[in-house]
Parts: sequence; C-alpha cells; structure tokens
Amino acid sequence: MKQLMLGNAAAARGLYEAGVSVVSSYPGTPSTEITEELAKYDDVYSEWAPNEKVAMEVAFGASLAGKRSFCGMKHVGLNVAADPLFTVSYTGVNGGMVIAVADDAGMHSSQNEQDSRHYARSAKLPMLEPSDSAEALAFARQAYELSERFDCPVLLKMCTRVAHSQSVVETGERVAPPAKPYEKNIAKYVMTPANAIRRHPHVEERMALLAEYAETSDLNRVEAGSDRSVGVITSSTSYQYVKEVCGDRYPVLKLGMVWPLPERKLRDFAASVEKLVVVEELDSFLETYLRELGLACVGKDVFPMLGEFSQNLVAEKLGVAPHTGTKLDENIPPRPPAMCAGCPHRGLFYTLSRNKCTVLGDIGCYTLGAAAPLGAIEMTLCMGASVSSIHGFNKALGSESEHKTVAVIGDSTFMHSGMTGLANIAYNRSNSTVIILDNSITGMTGHQQNPTTGFNIKGEPAGKIDLEALCRAMGFRRVRVVDPYDLDACDKAVREELAADEPSVIISRRPCALLKYVRHSAPLRVNADKCVGCKSCMKIGCPALSFRDGRARVDETLCVGCGVCGQLCKFGALESTAKED
Amino acid sequence: METKNIMIVGVGGQGSLLASKLLGHLLLAQGYDVKVSEVHGMSQRGGSVVTYVRYGDKVASPVIDKGEADYIVSFELLEAARWLEYLKPGGQIVTSTQQIDPMPVITGAASYPDKLVEKLRVAGAKVDALDCLGLAEQAGSSKATNIVLMGRLSHYFDLPEEAWQRSLEAMVPAKFLDLNRKAFALGKNT
Repeated sequence: MKQLMLGNAAAARGLYEAGVSVVSSYPGTPSTEITEELAKYDDVYSEWAPNEKVAMEVAFGASLAGKRSFCGMKHVGLNVAADPLFTVSYTGVNGGMVIAVADDAGMHSSQNEQDSRHYARSAKLPMLEPSDSAEALAFARQAYELSERFDCPVLLKMCTRVAHSQSVVETGERVAPPAKPYEKNIAKYVMTPANAIRRHPHVEERMALLAEYAETSDLNRVEAGSDRSVGVITSSTSYQYVKEVCGDRYPVLKLGMVWPLPERKLRDFAASVEKLVVVEELDSFLETYLRELGLACVGKDVFPMLGEFSQNLVAEKLGVAPHTGTKLDENIPPRPPAMCAGCPHRGLFYTLSRNKCTVLGDIGCYTLGAAAPLGAIEMTLCMGASVSSIHGFNKALGSESEHKTVAVIGDSTFMHSGMTGLANIAYNRSNSTVIILDNSITGMTGHQQNPTTGFNIKGEPAGKIDLEALCRAMGFRRVRVVDPYDLDACDKAVREELAADEPSVIISRRPCALLKYVRHSAPLRVNADKCVGCKSCMKIGCPALSFRDGRARVDETLCVGCGVCGQLCKFGALESTAKED
Repeated sequence: METKNIMIVGVGGQGSLLASKLLGHLLLAQGYDVKVSEVHGMSQRGGSVVTYVRYGDKVASPVIDKGEADYIVSFELLEAARWLEYLKPGGQIVTSTQQIDPMPVITGAASYPDKLVEKLRVAGAKVDALDCLGLAEQAGSSKATNIVLMGRLSHYFDLPEEAWQRSLEAMVPAKFLDLNRKAFALGKNT
C-alpha cells in the first residue's frame, strides 16, 4: 500500500525490513525519529544510550555477536562517535552494521553545519545518501547487504529535508537473515598495532572493491536529458531541486552512493556533456573529487557553501528565472524560539542574570537562556563543554572568576559528556560551580528518556542514576538541590555556592513543563487595580506575559501558574485564578 | 497537473502538524503524488514554524520557495504577514485573526504591526481572515483551531465534503472526532 512516510520513519522501516535486531542511539535533530520509530517494533531491541560513542560501540558489539545492528545520530554526534568509527573500519563487522548520520544544513537546530560526507572518506567507509523517503527505505535495506558483503559498517547519510519530509513509500515484509555465529578472531577484532597493521590492507582493498561496485550499482544512475550543453552531478535533496527546476532538460548523474565514487562513470558522464555542473549542499565534496580526476566543473564558484539550497537558488545559478513574491512593506518583528511558559529554566536564569554571573552554557533547550531579555549565557560550544571549560576558565582567571562563574548543563547532556568534565574538576581541583538543570527529560529533541529519568525508550521502568550520589562519589561535598520556581531559594543557593571556597554542584530540579504527567497550577491573572505598569514581571521573558494599555496581561491559555512572575511583582498584582473556582 | 503548493504557518505548538497530516492523507487519497515537509527541534519552542504541503502528478522538491504558494494557511496574523513573499501572485491567504506577541514585542524592542489584514490586501493578496481560535473554542477546544482552518481551506478546493470527512476520520483520534467535525463545519460555514 502506498503511504506518506517521514524520511526518518522510512529509514527505520527499511532497517526493520532488513532484519535489524539491536538499536542504540542518542537523540539529535534531525536524526531522532529513526530510533523512535524502531522502538515501536517489538521484535527489535532498541535503546537510548548516554551518548553516540556508547551507542556506536553497543551497535558494534551486537554486530560482533552476529546480529544486524544500527546506531543513529546527528552530524555532531558522529564527532563524538568518531573514535570507534575509524577503527571499526579496520575490524569490519560480523552481522551487518548501519550508522545513520543526519546533517543539518541551515542549522535549524544545530551549533554548526559540518558536512558528514568527509567522515566517509577519512574513515574509509561507504556512504549512501537518499533523496526522499522511498530511497531512505530502499537504501537502509541495501546498506545491510553491502555491510555484510564488504565487511564494514555502512553510513546512511540523511539531511533535514530528507529526514523531516514525508513522501510516498511502499513498505515490504521483514526478512531477517539468520544470525551469524560469533567466532573468536583475535587477528580481526583485537586492534593492537601488530594486528591493525595487517587489517589496513583489507581496508584499502575493500574500498577499491566498493569503488568498482559503485561503477555498476543502480544506486548511481544517469538520467537522460534533451540538452547536453549542461550535465548535472548531484545527490540528496539537491537532486530534487535540480529536477524541480530543470525537469528532463539536462542529463543528470544522480549519486545514491557518495563514497567511494565511481571514477569511470564520472568520466563517461563528463565526456557526454559540454559543461559539468555539480550541485551539492555544504562543502565541495564531489567537486573536489572531480578536480582530483582532472575534470573541470562548475561548483562552489557559483553555488554557496553556506546553508540550505532551494529550487529558486538552483534556478538562479542555472540561469533559469526564479519565482518571486511580494514582500510586505512593514517592519515584521522576528519570532525567535523562546523558553516555554512555565519552563523551569527561566527562574534559574533570572537568578544568574540578576547576580551578574558569568555563565558558561551547554547544548539543550536551556541554550535559550542566551536570548533576550535574560541574555544570561555567554558561551555554548558542544555537548559537555560547560563543565570542562569552566575549569579552564577558572584556572586561567583564578579566584575572582571562581566566585562569579557558573557552568549550566542539562540532565541528559550531563549524562552524555558532562561527567568526565566534572571528574576533572574533582581531580584537578578548581573551585568551580556547576549547575545541573535537571528537567528529568531530554527536552530539545522532543522528550526522550535518559539515564536519570528512570524510564527506557519504551517508557518502561529502567535504571535511574542518582545525580546527588554521583557527584558526592566524585568528591563533591557541596551538592544541593533547588526548585527553580522558588526565586529566593535559587538566589540563596547561587550566592552561597559561589562564595564557598570549594567546588560545588547545584541541581536545579523540576520536570519540563511540557511533560504530560506534570500537573500545573491554575493560570495567573493581572489585577488591573494593583498593576502599576512597572514591567518588573516582563524581565523574565515569559511568552504568556504581554503589555497592553499600560498594564501587564497574562495569556491564560499559555500560563501554567508557575508563579515566577508573581514573585517579581511588588504590588501583588499577579493573582491566581484558582481562588475563583 | 502542475504541482500545487500549500504553506501552513504559525507559532510552534499551535497544531500545524495535524493539519499537514490531514492534507497529506486527503491529497494522497485523490491519487496525487504528495510531499510534506516540516521542521522539528529547537524552532518548535515558540518560534515561527512553517510546514510545506505539495501535490501534483510528480512532486520533486519537498519545500516551497518564494512566489510559489497557491495557499498560505496561517494560525497567526503576524506569521501570515511574515511569509507573504512566498505567496504566488494571485494566491490565497486563509488566516486566523489570533495575535501572539513574539519575544521582541514582549521585551519592548519591537511593536506588533497593526491593520495587517488590510495591509496584506493592499499588497495584492486575497485574504480570508476569521477568528479560528474563537470558533475552535465554540466547537469545544482551542486545540481544534487547526481543523477550523482546514474547514475554511476546504472552500477553495474542488473536492467533495465526503473526502475531507474521510481524512478527518483517519487522522483524528475517535474520541475527538465529533469535536473536530464541529470545528471543521464552523470553519467552513462561518
């Protein structure tokens, strides 16, 4: 049956149909739904791992044991998992192993727009790149065959517009191959220098065989065109933009396997057209290879390295008139993302802002603490960097900094890569203050469980790590918990821990206001007789508060009654609507 | 058939996902090729969000570009204004009159423009504006704003009412079906 399916769901379906049996991932936009969809199948073991390195090693372990395995992550997650990636390329696999990596050109929800194709080339692994949901399903299935045939993991590269677009697919049945037996093989799987040096030739031979496969595989296809003045080489979503603009006018070499590349096919295609144009988002990956082959082409001299492409951009660059519309002649204020009404992070960031703290931040919803009006966070780099870098910051600046600087990190990010940074503070002794923003969920990626929540990916009871006990076990004597809805308690905790002459951890604990099990208080309402229009409540930047006709106003459909604004009002103008019931 | 384009715009959390699912189901059932593109993640948190629905004989790009939208369906007035440039000349805007202050307005750094419906019309757009939130509340829940908008949009489509109702049944949980049928009718007939 034909159905519309999200690219990520289609990839999950393909993995399922190919018989994947062990799945381990860390959530990251735009990759998350692949694993969420796999978790819906009862005949697949799925889990959220604490980070991508762990996930990839879990998947490798399952492959070693003889089962087909999978791990999925966003582009920056592959940086975390790069260590196992480069060496599993040497050991190869037993059961098939597929690694999905989802790029985010345009940075809809990421801290950079790195191009993951470079990993395929540098780790010497094949990479398949679908251009819609039907290909995501088909390529995911095919990836297992390639993995087992060529004895290596296969990278399945998604991007935001493939991952988060729905298009038509036809599903098939699950055909799980029989598990391969596990056999002890020290020479293949123990990567000591002596063994690894004997594995390296296998890697190079494999890539040569894969390049040969790429010459004849239907993953890479030439689509005929009527006008040979231009020939386009492209892949992924760029292919869709080219087809949108040009239809069947120009011949297109559509690459489904972007590494290794088919040299003869590329040369033949180049020879068949007058001018070669490479259309690829982000880096000049295909173009660089063509230039290495001595093939002249139009590429990044015309197309941008930055951001996402679109049909208008491709049209303009190919000399076709782009569509245009009319802009409203009006100053339209931007609508950046903001912390939700009732977000537990808000009270804590207000406290840090009020105390003029230097705040080193991390990756999560709470990065929004950098936005106006709170403007509290001064640094965000990558997962876990808050905890590691505060140590360096304080070592560099000494006591003056130690008494005003804090690191903030969410519960899931702390499990991902904050613990090692905390161990460094405990070991190398800086007087640093770390605040764990424990909202009991992985928030930004859409509510995934993690090792501190007590539930697994299916929502069943699971192990639960005790953050206080963990910090104490590392040697922190000052570990305290505050409720971020209580501004006085937050203020006291931050002041005392910054004043202390030893490192400390503050756990700011309150579940995400969007979690279904969280019970909210009645919304507040502004008593217009008491409100003097001082705008004190507006300082926290709550989307439920606005200012109309000289008075504050609460949007009662948004307000969850957290009461933080009320604590800022000296006139008691923000009253609960609960009393009226 | 040439590809047709519907943009659904609003503020993260307003329910555009269900609207695009409904349209996807409806158009696929009519035998069209369909692509729906949405953005998940950080921009959901109170930010400006956009969903693209495209249908025709064969759809290539999953996104809609400037000057291409046949319809802009908007949950919020400022968002209709923000995305105007994506409307095709002669295209139709169907918008709720709800206004939600974005953060720069809340902080006082900017003001919410006035008379947006008039200004959109002056700019050449056909605008059908109605209080979808009020109608959704009348149907029984503010969350049904998306279906009120779909009811309104159905005016502009040459499809039998039955087809819309079948997609509603397929996409809405059974216990909310009556409420949503009511919301759809209010949007269509008001």
